[in-house]
Amino acid sequence: MRNWLFLAVVMAFLAQFAWAGDQANSRTPKPVIEIANPGKCVAPPEEMRRNHMEMLKHQRDRTLRQGIRGEPVTLNGCIDCHASKKTGSVLGAHESGKGGNFCESCHAYAAVKLDCFECHQPKAKFKAAGVMPGVKP
Amino acid sequence: MSEQNNPRRAFIAAAGAGVAGLGFTAIAPGLHLMAVAQAADATTNSPAARKAGEAASSAVRWGLLVDATKCAPGCTKCVEACHTENGITEKMPDARQNSQWIRKIELVDRRNGRKTELPMMCQHCANPPCVDVCPTGASMKRADGIVLVDRHSCIGCRYCMMACPYKARSFVHAPLTEQNPEVPRGKGCVESCTLCAHRVDKGQNPACVEKCPEGAMIFGDLMDPNSAISKRIASVPTTQVRSDLRLDVGVRYQGI
Ligand code: HEC
Ligand code: HEC
Ligand code: HEC
Repeated sequence: MRNWLFLAVVMAFLAQFAWAGDQANSRTPKPVIEIANPGKCVAPPEEMRRNHMEMLKHQRDRTLRQGIRGEPVTLNGCIDCHASKKTGSVLGAHESGKGGNFCESCHAYAAVKLDCFECHQPKAKFKAAGVMPGVKP
Repeated sequence: MSEQNNPRRAFIAAAGAGVAGLGFTAIAPGLHLMAVAQAADATTNSPAARKAGEAASSAVRWGLLVDATKCAPGCTKCVEACHTENGITEKMPDARQNSQWIRKIELVDRRNGRKTELPMMCQHCANPPCVDVCPTGASMKRADGIVLVDRHSCIGCRYCMMACPYKARSFVHAPLTEQNPEVPRGKGCVESCTLCAHRVDKGQNPACVEKCPEGAMIFGDLMDPNSAISKRIASVPTTQVRSDLRLDVGVRYQGI
């Protein structure tokens, strides 16, 4: 128990450094994180940074398997709020030329590969244009 | 699908109507299901939206009734509505690889040439064979009877496609980029009609029902004896396609 407490304290201490790098002139490169819309995230940023993957994976089962809608965490919600104003997407290159848009920035930085956007539309409010012609009987 | 010629057809159809009639109202003599909170809105005839945070409930069973006598020959409005709503835009070089959530089929009575057309899609079985065979649990039935593929756990083995007696499921063969945000879909997964679950949960009818120019489709709650669909099923003969398989389907047909 004592060991765990000690470990927790050390981790909390180290974690301060992990994200203290918002200050410029740090020697470590940082992902460019652009917040497109001001406001409040679904949880405090510290918690989002660490737990957004768990939140999303939990929510997708609630929504798809149980049919629960209208809860604070939704992937479409993240996308609507976090999509770049310029490109309308949470993926792709950031307009500054440095790093990527919101969901890509950290993931490229941390070498995390997501498959979510093979199915989920990364562009906010996207409307599919063409329609496959009807199959005649 | 030329069931018209089958000598057992009359029997199957009759059995189908029997099963259909059993699904609701009387639980035991004198004991009836109470009206469900989520019952359809009688004026607009569309389902009531579920409240935020509320799970789909087994007190509801969504169903669809297709009146084949009204289904116009050559009309594919329901198919187009489905494609628009669900962002099914891709065209494969081999047309057989295109996704197909709903298709028009034609039944011909060979004795007299009488033709009937109807839309065929996932029949949302109460005992779905696709769910039985799925090795990952991705093929699933929601509490309110909608049969879905949880594409988060689908590995694309296509066993469910083989198991489905209605050929209702498709496999996505190529990468997609034009998905509608509400309908994520992508390469390597099996998919099929979701009864527009994303619309139904908001209190709207499925796209095909809404866009049918003949009003040949009724969507609603099979467990609620006062819903338009239950009343129709209680008053006219309706058929479950392949009722001999006893899958207790949620999609019923009238006039076949
Ligand atoms: C193979 C396709 C596919 C992939 C890959 C996929 N999803 Fe989904 N996802 C779906 C489908 C289909 C739905 C159901 C949409 C509905 O009914 O609203 C869904 C719904 C969701 C929902 C609930 C709806 C919402 O907007 O909140 C969440 C959360 C979610 N997915 C998260 C994820 C995450 C996180 C990943 C990546 C780890 C991912 N999905 C990858 C197909 C996919
Ligand atoms: C209503 C708009 C809104 C929604 C919806 C939203 N966010 Fe946020 N998010 C923000 C804002 C604003 C910030 C910056 C907060 C701050 O710095 O105090 C933020 C911060 C974050 C951060 C931390 C970024 C950093 O600075 O390190 C992550 C990670 C994040 N959000 C992920 C998500 C995910 C995942 C979702 C979907 C579950 C989501 N957000 C939904 C507005 C939103
Ligand atoms: C503050 C940086 C940051 C931002 C912004 C961010 N992520 Fe992440 N995300 C991470 C890190 C780091 C990981 C890997 C964590 C790990 O491996 O334990 C991760 C992992 C994930 C995972 C789990 C991946 C897997 O395969 O298990 C999902 C899903 C995810 N992020 C979704 C999103 C979405 C959607 C957004 C945009 C709304 C987003 N993230 C924005 C840092 C971020």
